[in-house]
Amino acid sequence: MTTAPPLTRYADLPALIGLMTGDEKHQLAAESTREVLWVLYDRVLDVSPETADDPDRDRFLLSKGHGPMPYYAVLAAKGFLDLATLRRWADFDSPLGHHPDRVLVPGAEISSGSLGHGLGLGVGTALGLRAQGRTRPRVFVLMGDGELDEGSNHEAIAAAGRLGLDNLTAVVVDNASATHGWPGGIETRFSGEGWQTRSAPGRDQAALYDALTAPHSGRPLAVVARIRPKG
Amino acid sequence: MTAAPPEPAAVVAQPMRDAFADTVSAALETDPRLAVVLADISADRFTEAARRHPQRVVNLGIREQLMIGVAGGLALTGMRPVAHTFAPFLVERPFEQVKLDLGHQGAGAVLVSSGASYDGAHYGRTHMAPGDVHLLDSLPGWTVHVPGHAAEVAPLLEEALRRDGNVYVRLSERGNAAARPIGPGLQTVRAGSGRSSGVVVAVGPMLDRVLAATEGLDVTVAYAATVRPFDREGLNRLVARAGQADVLLVEPYLEGTSAHEVAAALEDRRHRQRSLGVRRDTEVRGYGTPADHDRAHGLDTAGIAERAREFFPA
Repeated sequence: MTTAPPLTRYADLPALIGLMTGDEKHQLAAESTREVLWVLYDRVLDVSPETADDPDRDRFLLSKGHGPMPYYAVLAAKGFLDLATLRRWADFDSPLGHHPDRVLVPGAEISSGSLGHGLGLGVGTALGLRAQGRTRPRVFVLMGDGELDEGSNHEAIAAAGRLGLDNLTAVVVDNASATHGWPGGIETRFSGEGWQTRSAPGRDQAALYDALTAPHSGRPLAVVARIRPKG
Repeated sequence: MTAAPPEPAAVVAQPMRDAFADTVSAALETDPRLAVVLADISADRFTEAARRHPQRVVNLGIREQLMIGVAGGLALTGMRPVAHTFAPFLVERPFEQVKLDLGHQGAGAVLVSSGASYDGAHYGRTHMAPGDVHLLDSLPGWTVHVPGHAAEVAPLLEEALRRDGNVYVRLSERGNAAARPIGPGLQTVRAGSGRSSGVVVAVGPMLDRVLAATEGLDVTVAYAATVRPFDREGLNRLVARAGQADVLLVEPYLEGTSAHEVAAALEDRRHRQRSLGVRRDTEVRGYGTPADHDRAHGLDTAGIAERAREFFPA
């Protein structure tokens, strides 16, 4: 293959996505998560290919498994995936499909695609770390506002709040895609259950960083990242 | 044809849920990997364990989807989760979590149900789960234990807790008068002659009724407290020694759940098979007692005897 310079910057994400999709234009659903994913992997999460199996690593759980191209692109930029793997995206024997499979994708903490599974897995992960006395690692779960329709999330939101899981952060990318909406705001679904909540413009990396690193002693944190609605 | 009907076998009360709570509570003391996830059911049996290990005994309230998701998450951090509630709420309600949050993640948990097919007969259909094993059988890699006596619970569970894979332990409060030795394969309880009419496989709590129902028939009766993986080789050996390659399968859950295993075990020979279990053709809308439901499904001694005699002609 060619010896192009490594693609490791935020500005390289469109090129990395282009390796998968064949061009640099891609779906809005995929687009909505790009900045959040970048801020998490670039500035927030303490995890790297070298520490991908370290029990004290931070965990990122992509619950909203639709449109995973920006996720794969960020994993590639951070060295979890190589470029040749991106080019085989969605082939039969590729590790990268339209929904991620943790057994196949280096660096992926969970398999997702069916909505409403990531937060429950995140609650269990947070409880497991707590039970083992691992106070350093944090657990981040990325969801969508439409995904919140699934009732399983509300079991997890209530329990995580009552259990005071301060090692857990839910990030909800809100592009107003929920069919019936969330009158009163997504934040209230979390705050009513005892979560700390923050919101930020979903394209504003500095604001996202501030929200994602907001202190939330004794309670989980929900960050709502607002994106211009689809269509 | 005119023989007296067999003496019915008593179905003996089995405190399997207590045996489960005792076994897991003791294991929490010695195995730091172990964690228990509850959804209110049986939480009273884990009060002391929760006091001693508040981080590892978690009652999530009536949240069964979350219970399985949490079990998956715990396993992803290297712990060995045990999740428990009544069978319909453990397997049927959160079935997609069982499929995705455990198997698809490559995560393993021990699921322990109680109530079996209709222990809670008076609660009605909502608390019955005759299809639990059949549902789990649609997923790869599950080990399924169906103990027939409370004393079989501890050895089956202790082995499950030490492992990493997915294990389902189906508890019932009803079973056999005596515990059988626990092993992976079929155990011969009554051997037929070399000219016998065939082999009867009795699963878990069905054994005593099967023994009573087949009294006087020249058949081999084999016992299984573990149905997945199914002991295909063992069944093939028993059938090879029998006079006829005919197998009667008697299971305490949905009729024919293991029929495909019997067929695979005997694919090297012409054979007949018949499956007894909870009937598939209708929803039995009755309350009453478990014994009433045994009769409705033909799983009492008389019902098994009648169909065994049809299947194994004299």
